[in-house]
Amino acid sequence: MRISLFITCVVDQLYPEIGTAMFNLLTRLGVEVTFNAEQTCCGQPAFNSGYHNEARELAGRMLDLFTRELESVDYIVAPSGSCVTMVKKFYPDLFADDPQRRAQAEQVGERLYELSQFLVDVLGAEDVGASFAGRVTYHDSCHLLRELGVSLPPRKLIRAVRGVDFVEMDEAEVCCGFGGTFSVKYPEISSAIGQEKVRNIERSQAETVVACDASCLMQIGGLLSRKGSAVRPLHLAEFLMASEQT
Amino acid sequence: MSTVPDSKLQRQPQSFAENARRALVNRPLQQALSIATGKATSARHAAVAEVGAENWELLRKRAHAIKAQTINNLDFYLDKFSSNVERQGGHVFWAETADEACDYIAELAHRHGLNEIVKSKSMMTEEIGLNHALAVAGIEAIETDLGEYIVQLAGERPSHINMPAIHKTRGDVADLFAEKLGVERTEEIPQMTALARRVLRARFAEAGMGLTGVNYAIADTGTIVLVENEGNIRLTTSLPAVHVAVMGIEKVIPGLEDLDVFLKLLSRSASGQKMTSYVSLLTGVKSSRAEEGPDEFHVVIVDNGRIKILADEHLRESLYCIRCGACLNVCPVYRKIGGHAYGWVYPGPIGAVLTPQMIGLDQAAALPFASSLCGACGDVCPVKIKLPEMLLHLRHKVKEAEPPESRTHYHSKEDTSEALGSLNGFRHKSENSDGQSAWSRSRKRLSNVFEHLGFRLWAIAMTNSQRYQAAARLARLAQAVAGRRKANGPRVLPMPRWTATRDLPPLARRSFREQWLESSGEPTGDMARQDATHLKESQRAEQTP
Repeated sequence: MRISLFITCVVDQLYPEIGTAMFNLLTRLGVEVTFNAEQTCCGQPAFNSGYHNEARELAGRMLDLFTRELESVDYIVAPSGSCVTMVKKFYPDLFADDPQRRAQAEQVGERLYELSQFLVDVLGAEDVGASFAGRVTYHDSCHLLRELGVSLPPRKLIRAVRGVDFVEMDEAEVCCGFGGTFSVKYPEISSAIGQEKVRNIERSQAETVVACDASCLMQIGGLLSRKGSAVRPLHLAEFLMASEQT
Repeated sequence: MSTVPDSKLQRQPQSFAENARRALVNRPLQQALSIATGKATSARHAAVAEVGAENWELLRKRAHAIKAQTINNLDFYLDKFSSNVERQGGHVFWAETADEACDYIAELAHRHGLNEIVKSKSMMTEEIGLNHALAVAGIEAIETDLGEYIVQLAGERPSHINMPAIHKTRGDVADLFAEKLGVERTEEIPQMTALARRVLRARFAEAGMGLTGVNYAIADTGTIVLVENEGNIRLTTSLPAVHVAVMGIEKVIPGLEDLDVFLKLLSRSASGQKMTSYVSLLTGVKSSRAEEGPDEFHVVIVDNGRIKILADEHLRESLYCIRCGACLNVCPVYRKIGGHAYGWVYPGPIGAVLTPQMIGLDQAAALPFASSLCGACGDVCPVKIKLPEMLLHLRHKVKEAEPPESRTHYHSKEDTSEALGSLNGFRHKSENSDGQSAWSRSRKRLSNVFEHLGFRLWAIAMTNSQRYQAAARLARLAQAVAGRRKANGPRVLPMPRWTATRDLPPLARRSFREQWLESSGEPTGDMARQDATHLKESQRAEQTP
């Protein structure tokens, strides 16, 4: 099997180690992994802020790139439920008046997966051969949970890790308050929502919080680090790889 | 209690950001919101679980379909409803505006020589500002729903669609009752409710007119349906000789057989109840003295901007709303800031969708952006209103409606100097008719200019991978400079408000794509986050010129 990575801007610029972990994880599972460095941003920040023209420019560009990629790979896989949602769900909306682009978006969408969904639903891999000693909790990223309906795959993957003590926090499915440009426009509200999330994480007594979106981890991690908390935020890809070494 | 409610309270969504910041530091409010929305959410969750996820979904789909059927044929169903009301001795008044509705009701009260009416909870009457209009006409409207009564005593507005006093703690209400009703202070809830009941029962006994909203209007029979828990609607509609019901045009459903699905959805969504304590189905006037019911029955059917909403296919379904409040209870934003911050009648996600449509996009431009777009609202909506999509659509409409000048340059020299003046901290004290200071207006305009320009530049950078990389390198350089200054001075990061409460991770020294390109197809680097973070820190220090 051959896949192409869709590395989101946040991962590319802030957390390249997530991309690396994802590459290594997939490679270990026998998947041939490639990456097209021509890709940039899916356009979600513009779309969510009401700038449809700008979003369409980027969306069209990414669609062409993905379409070309899909000529030589089976799937495109991203370490983010949010950016996958943008392509699968919002591209068709964005191109509601452009049947050609719309059809292209739907075609790309059919073969585009978020990492945990890909591992469990496509590869059928729940046990990726990892082991981890420690208490872990999971935060549901909103787009992944509500738009893509992915709730079980990440949990299955975490539970299958040897030695892991998985615990559900309260309100795992409640937003972390990041919301992209929302966190810039209304930083105080965004932070206050995040504080609730951090409280629930701490109450679970987990040492590690795992999520499937780097932007949620940026929000949660930023709040944890400001508090001087010992809880470690990890992306699922990192968790499944980092755990192998312990 | 007969003071004229402050009408200025009615429209302040422009100061949303400020309202929200105030709410966030209001500790009793935070406590009250957390308890009440938490309870409502878990009660709803349990009630839905009992029905079963599949059955619940079937109910939602059915409700959505019934609403679609009626809203798409509204003229037909409203016509049928009104002729059935009239056939059974009722009067129907069509009000295009809030003022028309208020005037009709005030005149009716005058005609009956009344200077006092009792009313039950109704968001519709909040929307048209009825209490204020009646007070101006010399008529006192007494709220008989306990929560509404509390809010009215406090001279406030409801902060939730069906829990009007959600922002008040038990202690707040005890203080209020002691002060306004001149009784000994008690925090015992049975005593407080008994007191309210005693005061209100006396008013019921004297009332010549009862005013209610409408939950559902049945086209086939001309029946209005009212759902409640306290019994005050029963009294409001059965004791006074005249009953006036006020409804939005969207409240009509085809037949009695359609009611069941809505009753199942409404009470479970609102409070987790299988059924509310009272459901009243009221049809026409009494035909003989022996019968129960009012001598006179009036239905006021209000448009107040709804027909305009019908015209927008992206937003039309916001008229399906049955005012259960579930979207408020699960909204992480509402749970933190409460209803008053939204500045108008309808708060929360449904408010952020309805308010800009009802009072104007320019008046409520902030509201569609007051959401993390988490989608919880759309998930719980019993009639499947696509709230997140509507918020996105409204965001687009707001940006489209911003003057084209804001995308490139200022209107005039005056505007520029005003805006720049504001940047230097010079605050104009003058206020325009909206109550916004010139300072905040110009600041908003300036930030709009930057935002439009920013997204333009961003799109230019992002449509080419070389430009994207160049922009990233520039950002890293800026970060290196800012990072050095940060050590011995104030925070100079690009987003001081973002980082006031949170740490922002540094940009990686080498992006994923750079690593990929350098290793020609095999990324290198550390696996463990901790090592990678250390690496970044040291690299950043290295980069600092």
